[in-house]
Amino acid sequence: MSTARANRLTPYLFLAPAGIVLLVALFYPICYMIYASFLDWNPSQRIGEADFVGLRNYIKLFSDDAFRESMWVTLRFAAIVVTLEMVIGVGLALLLDRNIRGMSVLRTLFILPMMIAPIVVGLMWRYMYHPTVGIFNQTLESWGFEPIPWLSDGSWAFTSVIIADVWQWTPFIFILSLAALQSLPSSAIEASKIDGATGWQQIIYIKLPLMLPVLIVTLLLRLIDSFKVLEVILVMTNGGPGLSTEILSIRINRTASEFRELGEAAAMSNLLLIVLLILTFVMFIYNKAQEIRAERMRAAEEEA
Amino acid sequence: MKSLKRNVWSAAMAVSMTFTASYALAEGHTADVYAPYEGTTLVVNFPAHPHYNAVLDVLPQFTEETGIEVEVDQLQYLKMRERQTLELTKDEGDYDLISYVVFSKADYVFADQLENLAKYFMNPKLANPNYDAGDLIDGYVQNIGVAGGEKGYLPGPTGSLFGIPFGAETSVLAYRKDIFEKHGIEVPQTYDQLLEVACQIPEVEPGMGGMASRAASGHQASHAFLLHLAPLGGRVFDEQWNPIINNEAGVAAANALKTIVDCGPEGSQTFGPAEAAASFKQGSSAMFMDSIAFAAGFEDPSQSTVAGKVGYALHPEGVRRGSQTGGFGIGIPSNAQNKEAAFLLMQWLTSKEGDLAVAMAGGNPSRFSTYENAELNAKYPYSATFGEALQFADPDWRPIIPTWGKINADIGTTMSQVLTEGLDPQEALDGVAERARAVMEEAGYYTWQ
Repeated sequence: MSTARANRLTPYLFLAPAGIVLLVALFYPICYMIYASFLDWNPSQRIGEADFVGLRNYIKLFSDDAFRESMWVTLRFAAIVVTLEMVIGVGLALLLDRNIRGMSVLRTLFILPMMIAPIVVGLMWRYMYHPTVGIFNQTLESWGFEPIPWLSDGSWAFTSVIIADVWQWTPFIFILSLAALQSLPSSAIEASKIDGATGWQQIIYIKLPLMLPVLIVTLLLRLIDSFKVLEVILVMTNGGPGLSTEILSIRINRTASEFRELGEAAAMSNLLLIVLLILTFVMFIYNKAQEIRAERMRAAEEEA
Repeated sequence: MKSLKRNVWSAAMAVSMTFTASYALAEGHTADVYAPYEGTTLVVNFPAHPHYNAVLDVLPQFTEETGIEVEVDQLQYLKMRERQTLELTKDEGDYDLISYVVFSKADYVFADQLENLAKYFMNPKLANPNYDAGDLIDGYVQNIGVAGGEKGYLPGPTGSLFGIPFGAETSVLAYRKDIFEKHGIEVPQTYDQLLEVACQIPEVEPGMGGMASRAASGHQASHAFLLHLAPLGGRVFDEQWNPIINNEAGVAAANALKTIVDCGPEGSQTFGPAEAAASFKQGSSAMFMDSIAFAAGFEDPSQSTVAGKVGYALHPEGVRRGSQTGGFGIGIPSNAQNKEAAFLLMQWLTSKEGDLAVAMAGGNPSRFSTYENAELNAKYPYSATFGEALQFADPDWRPIIPTWGKINADIGTTMSQVLTEGLDPQEALDGVAERARAVMEEAGYYTWQ
């Protein structure tokens, strides 16, 4: 073998381990899942023993009220949670983007919720929401109010789950938008000050538009994540009462372990994957569009 | 050299046989049965459960008597099925003996993953003639051990034995003796009385709930509903697998559960069994009707503020008596590697001596004779009541069929809607019946109609 050829092959040799890992750890399970979604597969059977049923699992899902309900709960949950988190997260970032003493300590404190393990977050909130010994109801009672059925009433349980998620994930948006704010060109902001823009005008016309690329990516990342949330809700309500907090990932979990329908669970996972792929694709397209726009603007500048 | 070795071996055998013979006479079985398996290590899968914690205390005694080592893999009980399903589908399993939750019986037997025990009981080298199977609590054996008879999951002329009840349980009513005495309340014997007392308690004892019950969405709410369904005369299916859960008895059971939860302690709409038991232990409920397995915890002063104040009574009568049957059985996986030794362990644990030893350590007896044992009754005074309750244990209080997981979950979420969202019980159960019919249809239960 010539040295030149060996040299050409070297990079592939180094890439091979990563490629193999990717193939084994990513493509194999996904293909397995897609194949499984066409089977009537009970966990007591080996995959080879399961019957091939074509699209039956998917057809069943679309006529299944409980699945549709769970899809609706997931969509509502994701939309509300991400909106609230964006508003609060960006708001906090705008408020705290200044030089106050002890700012770095504050910032660290703000991102603490994100660092706690989800199971712990679930347990923590579950105890805080506890009907008799929980801190919320005890406080309400000591102030003379009626206790609230935090987790034992459908719509309250949904609200409670949202509160917990907002508490945990707002910091994620906060740090990303703070980073974006701090990397904004100071020239633009100074120029607007000289032109006499008020604080609000600065935010609406200068800061937010300049932060937009980062915000969009953050939004999509959170949206994807919020579709997959499992542990916190599992621990807090396990999907109940009724189906009021049964998001899709809990439904998938129950279908596989309680109903013992692996094929149906795989079909649901695939649908979730498709939704997430679309979101990721949107993110990708947006990034590409941004790049093209930036390039065009640069080219226009150069021409001028 | 070879012959010398053989001589030494037979001499050793002779010595051990004479040694064990006298011992065996007293014990009622011959210990040299165990000789071929000496040094074997059995791997068993047990749940984390008060009964099996007691078993762990007794196992060293088995190893000492037989020379068979036992390695225990303990798991949370709802997690067992997932692990076992994985293990049982392998060619060579790691588990020699498993404890299974009663509702897993159908799946395992259907998938041919549990050994039929007939061939072991037929083997004179393994089966102990003094085992006295007639002393095993009948309702438990039928519910947990036998499959293939009536409706497939019940005993009957075509049924056979796949497991032995071990850590099985039934339901009793636990109540606060002091509170009942204080207000001159009679211990409820019937469902009408039970519901009346349940709602009377919060009126006479402000801040205290009537009865703590499971009610959380899913399995727990379904369990609580079924607990009332059998004594009130209902069933989930009729003999032809037609759902009859939405008949009068079903609605009465749903209303009973709703009354109990409405008059129960605060937040009881989301209670699991542990939370309901905790509410009773902390003195915030006057009654608790669930498995007998909780009794030991109520009487333990280190975790209960009501120790010594609790009375136990039979599950109240509706149109019939019918307490639950549940808990665990032990069986030998078809892919086990030490099946015979596993059978010996199984037989030893459920023998009269083994059962008593486990019960004395805090486990749930599987034998009538254990419940009658004077020593046990002196240590746990409630044993006599539990023994009586077992006579009314209903093996058919819930169907154990492969489609049950899905129907159970549906009953549970729908019942939770009745409890928390004010869904009408009749409408709710009509929905359950309709969906259950579709599930059963798809699984082929109506092929013969």
